[in-house]
Amino acid sequence: MFAYIVKRLLAGIVVMLLVSLSIFLLFWYGPSEPARAICDSKTSQRCTPAKLEVFTEELGYNNAWYTEFPEYVGGIFTGRDITIASQTTRCDAPCLGLSYKNGKPVWDEMKGRLPATFSVAIGGAFLYLLLGVPLGVAAARRRGTVADKSLVSSFLVLSSVPYYLFALLTFLYFSVLFEAPFIGNPGYVPFTESPSGWVGGLALAWICLGIFGCTQYTRYSRGAMVEALSEDYVRTAKAKGLPQREVVYKHALRAALVPVVTIFGIDFGTLLAGTIFTEKIFDIDGIGLWALLAVGQKDLPIVQATALFAAVALILSNLLVDLLYSVLDPRVRLS
Amino acid sequence: MSDPFLVVEDLTVKFPTEDGLVNAVTDLSYTVEQGKTLGIVGESGSGKSVSSMAVLGLHDMRTARITGSIKVGGQEVVGLGESKLRKLRGKEVAMIFQDALAALHPFYKVGSQLAEAYLVHHPKASKREARRKAIEMLDRVGIPQPDRRVDDFPHQFSGGMRQRAMIAMGLINDPKLLIADEPTTALDVTVQAQILDLLQDLQREFNSAVIIITHDLGVIAEMADDILVMYGGRGVEKGPAKEVLTRPQMPYTWGLLSSVPDVHGDTASKLVPIPGNPPSLLDPPSGCAFHPRCAHVDKVAGNKCVTELPPLTAGPTGAGHLNRCHLADPVGVFETEVLPVIAPELLEES
Amino acid sequence: MTDVNHPPHDPENPAVTEGEELSASNEEQKLTFAQLAQTGHAPTELDPDAEPVLSVDNLKMYFPVKSSGLVRRTIGHVQAVDGISFQVPRGGSLGLVGESGCGKSTTGRLITRLYTPTGGSMQFGGKKQDIARMSNRELKPLRRDVQMIFQDPYTSLNPRHTVGAIVGAPLEVHNVVPKNKVLPRVQELLEVVGLNPEHYNRYPNEFSGGQRQRIGIARALTLNPKLLVADEPVSALDVSIQAQVINLLQDLQQEFDIAFLFIAHDLAVVRHFCPEVAVMYLGKIVEVADRESIYNHAHHPYTQALLSAVPDIKQAGQGRRERIRLEGDVPSPINPPSGCRFRTRCPLAQEICAKVEPPLLQIGPRHKVACHFAGEIGRHPATPVTSGLLGVDRQGSPDPAVTPQPIGTNPGYDKQWFDLDSQQMVSA
Repeated sequence: MFAYIVKRLLAGIVVMLLVSLSIFLLFWYGPSEPARAICDSKTSQRCTPAKLEVFTEELGYNNAWYTEFPEYVGGIFTGRDITIASQTTRCDAPCLGLSYKNGKPVWDEMKGRLPATFSVAIGGAFLYLLLGVPLGVAAARRRGTVADKSLVSSFLVLSSVPYYLFALLTFLYFSVLFEAPFIGNPGYVPFTESPSGWVGGLALAWICLGIFGCTQYTRYSRGAMVEALSEDYVRTAKAKGLPQREVVYKHALRAALVPVVTIFGIDFGTLLAGTIFTEKIFDIDGIGLWALLAVGQKDLPIVQATALFAAVALILSNLLVDLLYSVLDPRVRLS
Repeated sequence: MSDPFLVVEDLTVKFPTEDGLVNAVTDLSYTVEQGKTLGIVGESGSGKSVSSMAVLGLHDMRTARITGSIKVGGQEVVGLGESKLRKLRGKEVAMIFQDALAALHPFYKVGSQLAEAYLVHHPKASKREARRKAIEMLDRVGIPQPDRRVDDFPHQFSGGMRQRAMIAMGLINDPKLLIADEPTTALDVTVQAQILDLLQDLQREFNSAVIIITHDLGVIAEMADDILVMYGGRGVEKGPAKEVLTRPQMPYTWGLLSSVPDVHGDTASKLVPIPGNPPSLLDPPSGCAFHPRCAHVDKVAGNKCVTELPPLTAGPTGAGHLNRCHLADPVGVFETEVLPVIAPELLEES
Repeated sequence: MTDVNHPPHDPENPAVTEGEELSASNEEQKLTFAQLAQTGHAPTELDPDAEPVLSVDNLKMYFPVKSSGLVRRTIGHVQAVDGISFQVPRGGSLGLVGESGCGKSTTGRLITRLYTPTGGSMQFGGKKQDIARMSNRELKPLRRDVQMIFQDPYTSLNPRHTVGAIVGAPLEVHNVVPKNKVLPRVQELLEVVGLNPEHYNRYPNEFSGGQRQRIGIARALTLNPKLLVADEPVSALDVSIQAQVINLLQDLQQEFDIAFLFIAHDLAVVRHFCPEVAVMYLGKIVEVADRESIYNHAHHPYTQALLSAVPDIKQAGQGRRERIRLEGDVPSPINPPSGCRFRTRCPLAQEICAKVEPPLLQIGPRHKVACHFAGEIGRHPATPVTSGLLGVDRQGSPDPAVTPQPIGTNPGYDKQWFDLDSQQMVSA
């Protein structure tokens, strides 16, 4: 297993390099003028072609990408010195560059936003699994009944509402119209500052993600359970005289979890990488919104850093899922 | 001779589906005594598996419509509550299935699945005791190194070993009735022979009643004391094994015998297929379910085969051998017409 | 979530009322038993003079086994097929029987070049082209002549293609007939296999198992093949349908002069269909002979055990028959036993069996067996019959006093063979 993890991590590093490189190249060969953002910011919007050229040269955009890229990668490990507007700043490892907008190290800003992102993602995922899987199991057990059919169809309706609308409406009702106590004031409060504030500030975000994700996970779980319940070994379990509870949870559910876990691996990675609507609507300073803004402002270092983060999130969550498989299903031999 | 352990009377099982009501089993009656083996022969759609699953109450009670009576050791099973049924399952009546790879849970060790079967009915037993019992049973069914193999997963066993493990699991609580649904169909013939030997040895040891469900006439011949032939959800012939296989009284049975090649038979015997297809259970044929495929309809006066369902009654050889057919002289027809075609060499013997 | 294109795997509940789909030949009138008996098929007879359409010589298929870990090296081979030789006569059939893991299915796939053999040759057709080493391009025209019928009618037909598309596909791939002639040919084929030609627009899930198998057969027949490899063609079917399909195959064989390599584990079915049978064990052929010799005069202990294991209907009411009991499991094909592969389970095994692999020796006009102690049941010799021929003594060690005789490697039969009773070469 150790060799497997090592292999996967090595492969993961290759993926991260490729992701990083593609973003890099986008800015190198893309239509925009990469240095404009920084030029505007440093000259207070009075950027001239001559000044632009200076910044372009300084940032290295006149050099070949294959000399600049290794420097960037190297900087992640050792830190490097970056010169902008004739000012050299030391960017410590891991150096993900300096923001073009405000000149501050990207990593510092990111560090500050990570807890928020993790809080939202983990809380939301926890909720949608907690709701979705048991509901799916219950629906599968009552397959074909009125309860099952109404659950499935109502969730279908719910999931066809665009997420941002759902989030906005939630915000509207709970925060604006009813000014609900404790949860009516969404926004990120670090756990270390105030645990209850942390919960209260994120509650609406969690509820949104939870309910919305739940519609999907109920469907996945239900489908997987229906299939698991029709397997021969479930019939054997019943024929042995096992109580229904054990048949469903010990025998059927364990098998049904495998496809659900697969999907979750991808989902969670994506969730971590950016829940833009949630962050915007519920006033959370996470990575998602930050990334989006950076793209709009052509702040390359931030774009690169967030893309890298997304890649890391997906690689790690997929690895975790694969390891979880081998725990669930002893036939899976990791090689 | 004790009272039969299992008494099935007029069992009817129907399933409502999107296409209509499926009459899986209709008016089925049979009995099995301890120490004896009943072989149930039929193809897919005959109802053989459905009827035995009803013995254990394994059907979905919300959808299946079951009427009639099934008495296990004197206790009525039809309509019995789930908690009482659970006490029977795996304890008084055990069932083993066809494909052991699919019937055993792939994620749990074989030993723990056996131990689970034991602990369900012996809740006061310790885990260690259950494990010991599991190893003992694996040994009993001939699995080498049972103390090591008890911690293996089903996919680490060969096909024959898996089937033995499933038999071990079925017998771990000394059931009085064992139902084996196609126990050897997925196995190689030499492995099949080993499993059948095992079943026979274990039956003698435990004195259990055994039902073997299969489509293989050879297996039935070697294992069964009595035979029940099913077609279209009904019993169509019933009697002692030797009687039913050497002097069958129902054209479907003749068809089976004539359409299945025999390794040990005469090389000159022809393969005469049963024309047509198995009957639909949604919309069964009127009268006798076999009449669309029966080549002897012309021997029955009028249109009786099409209009009237024949009752399952004693044939010309006595009360022990029943058939569901309108033919007046099935034995005669068999001996003069059918036997010469399918097994000319048997004529000399009989 | 039900998949409408794939039926529930439950033949107990077919999607369509069965009554409609009666084969054309039975729709018009009911046959009396006398007439039905006429349609009954006797076992196929052997044609001893037929030329071989397929001659396989020392065919091998080794699958590499890779290690786990960071670098995957080949640490061994699964010797699925390890040097087999046989012939299939033109228009005739050879049955290939054996239990799981014997290599019979792999052999079938080698013949149709779904795998490329590791060694050996497969000479096909009148021109005796060796299809073992051909590239895919060279093979393409030959693929018309060798077709395959698969075991599982539920999974071997693409559920998203209509029957017409499935049966017509080979015609389109090989450009045999102009586009407007494809449909009539498809309908002709559907009729030949006993299906309603008007159903070409239906999907496989609308047919029963037996009918689907007929569709697969029709597809295999599309290009008038000379050889059909049938891999367990009836084992997934109901018993009463099996006979219909077997009879159909016999009719097709006679009408279109098609040779069959009939791979099955059901000895009874093979006995009916194949005038010649080869028995495989762990990648080797242990015995090959005509029907009479194999079933009534088997000389190899494995064949004998196999035949004795098949339950006998005539035993009814008498309990289990006395039989030869094989202990243990089949050894692993990655590390097969030395010498004779069957020796670990053979009741006759002696020292020579571990040292020297018994050659496939011809002991009759149409009978070959690979055993040092070949003989009928109860009449196995006490001393190895092959020692003289192989130049070894009775324990299998090389014996300088005895000169080895050349043992024929002809995939077919020679006019001379080694008579076991007289221990000499005799001729017809």
